[in-house]
Amino acid sequence: MEAGIHELTAGYALDALDPEERSAYEAHLAGCERCREELASFWETTEALAVAASGPAPSPALRDRILADVRAEPPQNVVPLEPRRRRVAPVLGAVAAVAAVAALALGIWGSRLSSDLGETRSALARARAASAIVADPSARTVDLAEGVGSLVVDQDGRAALVLMNLGPAPAGKTYQAWIIEDDNPIPAGIFPGEDGVDVVLVDGDVADGEVVAVTVEQAGGAETPNLPPVVASDPV
Amino acid sequence: MEALASTLLALPESQDRFAMRRHHAHLSDEALVALVARGDEDALGELYDRVGRIAYGLALRVLRDERHAEDAVQEAFLQVWRSAATFRAERAKASTWILTLVHRRAVDLVRREERRQADPLTDDSAAGVAPEQTDEAAWLRFERERVQTALKQLPDVQREALELAYYGGFSQSELAERLGVPLGTIKSRMFAGLSRLRELLDDSTQEGSWKPEFTS
Repeated sequence: MEAGIHELTAGYALDALDPEERSAYEAHLAGCERCREELASFWETTEALAVAASGPAPSPALRDRILADVRAEPPQNVVPLEPRRRRVAPVLGAVAAVAAVAALALGIWGSRLSSDLGETRSALARARAASAIVADPSARTVDLAEGVGSLVVDQDGRAALVLMNLGPAPAGKTYQAWIIEDDNPIPAGIFPGEDGVDVVLVDGDVADGEVVAVTVEQAGGAETPNLPPVVASDPV
Repeated sequence: MEALASTLLALPESQDRFAMRRHHAHLSDEALVALVARGDEDALGELYDRVGRIAYGLALRVLRDERHAEDAVQEAFLQVWRSAATFRAERAKASTWILTLVHRRAVDLVRREERRQADPLTDDSAAGVAPEQTDEAAWLRFERERVQTALKQLPDVQREALELAYYGGFSQSELAERLGVPLGTIKSRMFAGLSRLRELLDDSTQEGSWKPEFTS
């Protein structure tokens, strides 16, 4: 029986299960890490099948219709007040259910991969960690007193800066983030800066009352900040 | 989070939409999903610009009708908007997630509408020979050829099961009936075929120059 349901992973990834088996498989998936890993891996393969189907571009009007749909959505649908309950609510449609299952399966698979992350992938890992904080609906948004953008802090004190139009650091320089507790600045990571929107992970946990700031430093970073900061948050 | 959304929406009005979109061009797909979860419409637009064409090609292959294919893509992107907060952005590829949503929607539609042709594999678009597109990126052409090469190396019965399921929208029991073989045989062919395809693609990734993400 166990082997039989494991074999359904391929049919599920291809959206080829009949409705009863689809439900049974989803119920099984919640308690079977092996199948979650297998499903995430098979989904990568079906993504290749999707790419292989590529052909003509859609009508340019499709983009406008999608964005018009989004503008017509009530905002509470975007950031649900109770996201965890919403994820398993029985009223979810088939597509919403696959979204939740995908999140679950890809998350588990990713956690296995993340332990192999080498130095070369650390920048990507940091970007993804920052994205996760920004995406967390239970995270708080703190305004900036200096600079344009926001500081987002999750319930465990992990934080990411969302910065607008900071621009690349000058040649030979770097941006450096700091967590400032009272008057004591702690280095919290360096980053190159971007035009447009930049999402930057803050190293270390941010506690209530602390401030996150960004300074311009010599390449490689500094032990003490070069004032004044170019970005400073309100106290968290 | 409202403060962030309003910050993102408060870009100078003199910038046209193209300039607005450029603001997100350097972000990863996963960072874009994170911004979508915070209500950033332009981030959704950028995701669409990266994945929308593949999404549409997939939906068109399954549904064989431009209007229905556009509907499937539209509904799937609306789902991306609604459920972006549930996506585990730090660990998963956003493009994989989006394309699973598009495929599920297309298959649901094709089954409901009973739009499948009697024999989708005789149609050129289902035989893995999409017409040459002059305006698509080179990496997309390369990737399509790579997957088609791998598919051709599968045993015929496995390739048939994968193509009829994924591109034709047939369920396993429908395939068993159509091909006149036991359901268990179809399940085994599908599992063996997808496993083998994964191996073949892994092998060719190691020797090829597969573009790892849909970043522009």
